[in-house]
Amino acid sequence: MELYWYIILMTMLTIYVILDGYDFGAGIIHLFFAKTEKDKKAITNAIGPFWDANEVWLIAVGGVLFFAFPTLYASSFSGFYLPLMMILWLLIFRAIGLELRGQIKNRMWEAIWDKAFGIASLLLALFFGIALGNIVRGVNLGMVTDGVPAHEPHYFFLPLWNSSFSPHSEHLGVIDWFTLMLGLVGVVSLAIHGANWIIFKTNSDLNPKLKKVIFNLNFVLLALVLTSLLTWHIIDPNPFRNFLEHPWLIVFPMITFTGLLGLFKVRSFNKDGLGFLFSTLFLLGGLASTVVSIFPKVLPSTNKVNPSLTVYNVAAHEYGLSVGVYWFVIAAVLVGIYMFVQYRVFRGKLDDVGYGEH
Amino acid sequence: MEDMLFYDRMQFAFTITFHYLFPQLTMGLSLMIVYFKWRFLRTKIDKYNDAAKFWMKIFALNFAMGVVTGIPMEFQFGTNWAKFSELTGGIIGQTLAMEGMFSFFLESSFLGLFLFGEKLMGQKLHFLTGFLVFLGSWASGYLIIATHSWMQYPVGYEILENGKFVLNNFGALFSNPWLMPAFLHNQMGSVITSSFVVASIGAFYLLNNKHSESGKLFVKTGVIFGLISSTLVAFPTGDWAAKNVAKHQPVTFAAMEGIFETEDGGAEIILIGQPDVDNKKLDNKIAVPNVLSFLTYQRWDAQIKGLNEFDESVYPTNISGLYYSYHIMVGLGTIFIGLLLIAGIQLYRKKLFTTKWVLWALMFMLPFPYIANTAGWYTAELGRQPWLVYNLLRTADGISPTVSSGNTLFTLLGFIGLYALLGLLFIMLAVKIVHKGPETSKHI
Repeated sequence: MELYWYIILMTMLTIYVILDGYDFGAGIIHLFFAKTEKDKKAITNAIGPFWDANEVWLIAVGGVLFFAFPTLYASSFSGFYLPLMMILWLLIFRAIGLELRGQIKNRMWEAIWDKAFGIASLLLALFFGIALGNIVRGVNLGMVTDGVPAHEPHYFFLPLWNSSFSPHSEHLGVIDWFTLMLGLVGVVSLAIHGANWIIFKTNSDLNPKLKKVIFNLNFVLLALVLTSLLTWHIIDPNPFRNFLEHPWLIVFPMITFTGLLGLFKVRSFNKDGLGFLFSTLFLLGGLASTVVSIFPKVLPSTNKVNPSLTVYNVAAHEYGLSVGVYWFVIAAVLVGIYMFVQYRVFRGKLDDVGYGEH
Repeated sequence: MEDMLFYDRMQFAFTITFHYLFPQLTMGLSLMIVYFKWRFLRTKIDKYNDAAKFWMKIFALNFAMGVVTGIPMEFQFGTNWAKFSELTGGIIGQTLAMEGMFSFFLESSFLGLFLFGEKLMGQKLHFLTGFLVFLGSWASGYLIIATHSWMQYPVGYEILENGKFVLNNFGALFSNPWLMPAFLHNQMGSVITSSFVVASIGAFYLLNNKHSESGKLFVKTGVIFGLISSTLVAFPTGDWAAKNVAKHQPVTFAAMEGIFETEDGGAEIILIGQPDVDNKKLDNKIAVPNVLSFLTYQRWDAQIKGLNEFDESVYPTNISGLYYSYHIMVGLGTIFIGLLLIAGIQLYRKKLFTTKWVLWALMFMLPFPYIANTAGWYTAELGRQPWLVYNLLRTADGISPTVSSGNTLFTLLGFIGLYALLGLLFIMLAVKIVHKGPETSKHI
């Protein structure tokens, strides 16, 4: 039962990253490339009808994590206290940037909220990448010093950084060179993803330029992915064990590279949705490969005293998990219907949807 | 450790108090907007659709504030109350996850369609999307109060050797006797807020001789919705909820009513007075004999246990705060009923729109339903202290063990600063919308 819920949770997380990922990406593109009011309008129109519902996936992921894996929820949310609070504040800034910008027609007002939206999007992409890095790297569970734990074996607390910025020190920080690298993967891949969404959903004058941007950023992304793969063994000595044991799992890295390599052809795509499809493949494959590579661990321990948190030692009790399946299936069908309606009504190009005009 | 508990509690109290200023209007106002849309569909009179459109602007702004301040609530269970989450997540995680899956998706998917899709979809579908947003917001309230009810009156659980609470009866979460009274009481409270907001803005327009047609509709609708909801909030739902407290949390009941000593021959109801907890007495008391016994048990001489009957270790942590919260809620509720009755009579006599003092009173009433709703929640929450799960898990045992008080104070200060900004922006933009006023459709 735990395993089913874990697959559900990871699927929901992936959906969240793909959906809200294009919102963050659109924000990054907005920050760096939207010069005219028309460009800005095109970008906010492309995400306007969706971003709020996309963000609900994060809340839903949090809810399912809480209910199905309460120990993991308690451990990770208290341990990553500071970065999570900052993510919350950034989400608030980003949301009010989008919602309030159109309320007053004044250049200064608009400039403030444009920056709030753009910078918050950029930092969120960075933080989510760093978060992934932290989960792969693991934490000092039980806060062990010299073999002596200071807390129960599943609790920990990480400061934002320590002086060495190393993923190897006994007292880790949230930000070290390894997690920062994954943070950059997050920023670059979501910027590409967002640009693809803008191309897909608008006829903006920005589109030809964005194709070039995607093409160039893709080199950066390839370099970052290769570097992180080469350094992966530093934090996990045997990262490929699951893939060697179950060779079919290799399909996930293959999906990742299909997406990554496919994006080099972005300038010659004749359908606007193709780029978005490839960046989706990249995100989906990348997340799945990462999750699979540490399975069944969900939060590795970096000390030898306390065991890692795994799917099997953080889950809720059997009865609750079983009964949850019933309401979850009903809810999932309903969510599918809502999404269908939403994407059906707002299908095609959205240059004229008039988001934010009150 | 003391500091950790204190700042964790302050942060939760601050963020939830600020947050709930918005959903209470969302839930009540969505009902009233659906009412305006429905009247428009039935009568085809434009003023109803204009009213719906005007209130949708306030609603959109209010909804956005509710969403952004709501996400930190779900996070804080894990960030600041990790031990509580670990021990009870298998149970309250059910209802909280259901809230995300059933109500937030519903609300967020149809809100966009409701706000931007009127021309695209036509009137009937537009009404439907509004109704679905209303349904989503009330479902959210229901599931939150299901969670709240379990903490007040735990059911359908067993406790394992390691201290974890495990669900053994899913249905019990929803047949919990605490749930329905609390839910209906809360929803009526939120309709009171929206009624007074609508009536207050209407009275403002009438007193200013601006947008008078809309002003009349707002005042009339607000007074009627307010009269119904403020009656229902007291009777039967408030009465029902109070009886639950008397039955299941007698020590809380004694503290909130201000009963220090058990009295033979029936308990008095205290209207005014300041509790002196150290000396176990009430100063400057004004009370009516025997009424509390009658209200609670329908017998004038029924015995109500005073605080003297209980051990101090189970006393509510903040007896004075609990007493004041409860009395502020009940006192304001009584004033609401009184004012709305007068307004209702004037409305019936077709004199309301010219009775200036009633309009002034309605206009100045705007903040008070917010205070009453907040005080009501403080009654419920302070009444449960020192427990997180009543009689089973103490608040002090629920905090995150590794998050230092310095880190919590840091984020508490951050929230105070950020929410002050949000509050200012909300007021500024709401005033702008009100100042501009409803647009009236041209008659064809």
